Amino acid sequence: MALDQSFVGRSYPPTDPYEVGREKIREFAEAVGDANPAYTDSEAAKALGHPDVIAPPTFVFAITFKAAGQVIQDPQLGLDYSRVVHGDQKFAYTRPVHAGDRLTVTSTIEAVKSLAGNDILDVRGDVHDAAGEHVVTAWTKLVARAAEPAAEEA
Amino acid sequence: MTAKISYDDVEVGTELPAQTFPVTRATLVQYAGASGDFNPIHWNEKFALEVGLPDVIAHGMFTMAEAIRVVTDWAGDPGAVVEYGVRFTKPVVVPNDDKGATIDVSAKVAAKLDDRQVRVDLLAKSGDQKVLGMSRAVVRLA
Repeated sequence: MALDQSFVGRSYPPTDPYEVGREKIREFAEAVGDANPAYTDSEAAKALGHPDVIAPPTFVFAITFKAAGQVIQDPQLGLDYSRVVHGDQKFAYTRPVHAGDRLTVTSTIEAVKSLAGNDILDVRGDVHDAAGEHVVTAWTKLVARAAEPAAEEA
Repeated sequence: MTAKISYDDVEVGTELPAQTFPVTRATLVQYAGASGDFNPIHWNEKFALEVGLPDVIAHGMFTMAEAIRVVTDWAGDPGAVVEYGVRFTKPVVVPNDDKGATIDVSAKVAAKLDDRQVRVDLLAKSGDQKVLGMSRAVVRLA
């Protein structure tokens, strides 16, 4: 089913603030096996000029993707989430996320396309801190694969 | 931001130290918990097969997180990363054994930009499959 084109350009209200915790950053860094002290040692992070431990570059995806959920699950859009795969992901940083940040995400639908039976959705998440300053923007391309006969896999 | 590599010391073609990252089923369960992505294709073989995958696959965002380590380990300060983008071209298939899979990442400086920034192009493979395409980071060097 083709997605509703009228959704292009639509923005959703900013999310409630997500408070970035020092131990959540540590948990994430450990899960990706990254021992960079900037993620776990606030003195090491300060020596690099950061106010506190910083988060690995892709950490913020958990926040932006949750925010994108209000787009993905919007029944009027008609996306079949059971067939969705992650196509592309990009981040542009004004500064790294750090412990103590209170981040809000504003999600915008940048593009809605149908290509060879696949539905393609581009969502932008603009992330701001408590002072309203820009921190990072995340672009997520989701592809809902065309339904195909199971026999084709064999 | 305090990168340990100087812009003046790199040229187009400068190679970053390559790294190999192991990934097992246990890694994926840990990543699921840390990231909040509990999609069963990343831990439930039966479910993965039912939706047409060859086996359990790694989270794309896990692969993306590993690949940038080649850049952040080189630059020293992860805060030096200004932009980072990838295309997920093939999944990293993770068998249910004690070895799992590996993600091999190499990278080189592809362009020198203004403001002491460089563009680094990354290559990520698992076995002989290229798992990330259009994989690029912009980094501000010292």
